[in-house]
Amino acid sequence: MLTTTLILGLVLGGTYALLALGLTLQYGISRIMNLAYGEMTLAAAFVLVALFQGLGLPPLIGLLVIAPAGYAVGWMLYAVMMRPLVARAGTSGRLEVDSILATFGLLFLIQGLLLLVFGANFTSISYLTHGVNILGVPVALNRLIAFGICLVAGGALVIALTRTRWGLALRAVAQTPNSAPLVGIDVNRVARQGFALGTALAAVGGASIATYQTFSATDGVIFTMKALVIVIMGGVGNVAGALIAGLALGLIETFVATAIDPGLTLAATFTIFLAVLLWRPQGLFGRG
Amino acid sequence: MRRYLPIVGFLVFAAAPFAVSDYGLGLLIGAVTYVTLASAWALFSGHTRYISLATVAFYGTGAYVVAVLNETLPYGLVLIIAALIGALMALLVGLSTLRLAGVYFVIFTFGLAELVRQLITWYEVNVTGTLGRYIFLDVTAREIYWQMLALAAVTIGLTAFIHRHRLGLALRVIGDDEVVAAHAGIPLARTKLLAFVASATILTLAGAIASPRWVYVEPAIVFNSTVSFLTVIMALLGGANRLWGPALGAVPLFFAFEYLSVNLPNTYPIVLGLLFIAVVFVLPDGVLAGIEKLRARWKRGAA
Amino acid sequence: MSLLSIESVTKRFGGLTAVDDVSFTLDAGEIVGLLGPNGSGKTTLINLVSGNLPVSSGRITLAGATLTGRRPDQIARAGVARTFQLVRILPSLTLSENVMIPAVFGAKAHWGAEALAVAQDALKQVGLDDRADMSASRLSYIDQKRLELARALAAEPQVLLLDEWLAGLNPSELAEGIALIRGLTDSGITILMVEHIMEAVRALCPRVIVMNSGQLIADEATETALTDPQVIAAYLGESVDA
Repeated sequence: MLTTTLILGLVLGGTYALLALGLTLQYGISRIMNLAYGEMTLAAAFVLVALFQGLGLPPLIGLLVIAPAGYAVGWMLYAVMMRPLVARAGTSGRLEVDSILATFGLLFLIQGLLLLVFGANFTSISYLTHGVNILGVPVALNRLIAFGICLVAGGALVIALTRTRWGLALRAVAQTPNSAPLVGIDVNRVARQGFALGTALAAVGGASIATYQTFSATDGVIFTMKALVIVIMGGVGNVAGALIAGLALGLIETFVATAIDPGLTLAATFTIFLAVLLWRPQGLFGRG
Repeated sequence: MRRYLPIVGFLVFAAAPFAVSDYGLGLLIGAVTYVTLASAWALFSGHTRYISLATVAFYGTGAYVVAVLNETLPYGLVLIIAALIGALMALLVGLSTLRLAGVYFVIFTFGLAELVRQLITWYEVNVTGTLGRYIFLDVTAREIYWQMLALAAVTIGLTAFIHRHRLGLALRVIGDDEVVAAHAGIPLARTKLLAFVASATILTLAGAIASPRWVYVEPAIVFNSTVSFLTVIMALLGGANRLWGPALGAVPLFFAFEYLSVNLPNTYPIVLGLLFIAVVFVLPDGVLAGIEKLRARWKRGAA
Repeated sequence: MSLLSIESVTKRFGGLTAVDDVSFTLDAGEIVGLLGPNGSGKTTLINLVSGNLPVSSGRITLAGATLTGRRPDQIARAGVARTFQLVRILPSLTLSENVMIPAVFGAKAHWGAEALAVAQDALKQVGLDDRADMSASRLSYIDQKRLELARALAAEPQVLLLDEWLAGLNPSELAEGIALIRGLTDSGITILMVEHIMEAVRALCPRVIVMNSGQLIADEATETALTDPQVIAAYLGESVDA
């Protein structure tokens, strides 16, 4: 029983961690608090289903299309929508409110389009549903694959951020956006890359969710909510923190759902959120 | 003369039920409800720029309190209890989030309605064993309308009062720069908390007053997050930091969305989304400020 | 009898000690320069006094009352006012409203005509009284600095903390600024000013406190300090506007 919760929780947590990673990149590097993040995730999930059912494309191949497409969409959204807001705000604190309201609008826009194109029904695909035995617990193969995708994508990102010049520039902008130009970093370009990368991660997360979970066009807010809570638990802009907090939240949710009531998962998420806000608002893994 | 305009307007609105059909009265109740919600929302968020996405958490709580207590307690007492519960909820939310940066507040309020909905659902299913309650109150639609109109008047009156007093100035300073506000002697947490609790108490009362219209109440109905989002866009469109801005945004948008939800339900979220984006880009300070800017430009051009 | 007293104050950020066991006192009516190379902890110290940052250890008192552990608004009401290194005005308020705020929310809690009068006086002191009803967002940089000083004055403070208030001014503005601050000291206010412009320090401050890497390295008469080998060593490699 406990092993089941543990393994299912970790698998769920992997997806959460990946989603939170993208959101923390967008907020940490681009300073855009993206409330439409969950809708971007869902859009990718719907596209994966459409590719699978319409064109017969296997999800893993579909993923190879969706990830770069997510990057491109994020790149364009930043250039067209976010950059003017950043430029207008200048050094004042307006960007936060403006970006929250603009992405809030984006939330409804994407949700409306999804409803129009794909309808309001629950959607899922049947893909590699047979169980694999792990430590005596039968786990559906699609869940394991989703977990694998998250591990690979998350791991690759962590390595890129910590080991490459490009990652260094991203982290420099995240920490001190005002002094980054002094060392020759194009903040605008880095911010755009950060936003695009975040969107790509949202897309990968959404695509992996589509392989094992049922979802509908109005579920986006829940994904955004959970990703936001994880980002704050891990400390804004903290990549390792987001990974650990994501896995932790997956475990806690699975535990609450099996031991107490599946209707209380969000309540559990919020209780943790509240505890973090009261106890360590800088995040569980933040300094200071 | 201008000073009496609000009073004349109020009297006209108060007399309106005698001139309209039942359907028309229903629409009027809806419009005045949103005037109240948008104005009460702006009472806190308008100047401080702390975007609250939790309007329906309070509004729904008000309705639910009436649903639970309407058979055991007199109506007036139920309203008072609803207001107190709303104030207490706001106090808890405010104490835990308003000491922190604005973004934590936004995120928290983003999920608050869903949290309250889940908790009440769980409680009803597991403890009381019923999901869904009936409100049988001897309140007519006209009475509801007049109560709501009075609440709207009180809200706008309170906003006007606050604008002219220390609290209003303090809220404006906080909206511009919290560090300066603190260094000028403004107690940040207390000031924000006071305005937030006042705002939330009105939102809760509005829900309590509107509740008899529903007759049947269950968490999924009363905690409909669209109410929160409409409230925000109405206040922003009119101009959230103006006295009449929220009311001015609420009336046309209420009728526009009423029309959309009947005739084009599928495009409803798309229109809402585009409206948000348009307001941020074209009218960041609302219609009223936009008109003033145009006028100033026209005057300069004419001179 | 000292007015402001800093006792073994330390501030750590993670592993970095920005202010390291600093102690000194200011007498009522004194004007003291706070010098040191960039990153030596001057602004952090100002932030500790004004309550913008909590101290890690040590104690700060104003006329015997403890300031450490209190919030910025409480410290402001106790009689400490400041300007900011990066000028902070309130763009959506008028000049008059900008300046009125500390008068309204300060210890004396003026309101209405009284608050307006305090604001008008402070605006007059910095020469902005003819534009009282203009929006602060339309001011030039130097006027923004003036406005910020007027706001600090309207608090009617006992201690005024100036964080590079003279930085970024051209020579004629600088002369004006120096005359303005000298005028303030005549009224008996106590000033601690972070400043890089030595001309201004020489003209205004009989005494200076010098910091380097968080530590206090000199607290002496200005002329002595500027020839002190330790102080010169601290500034080596730093450009000094002499």
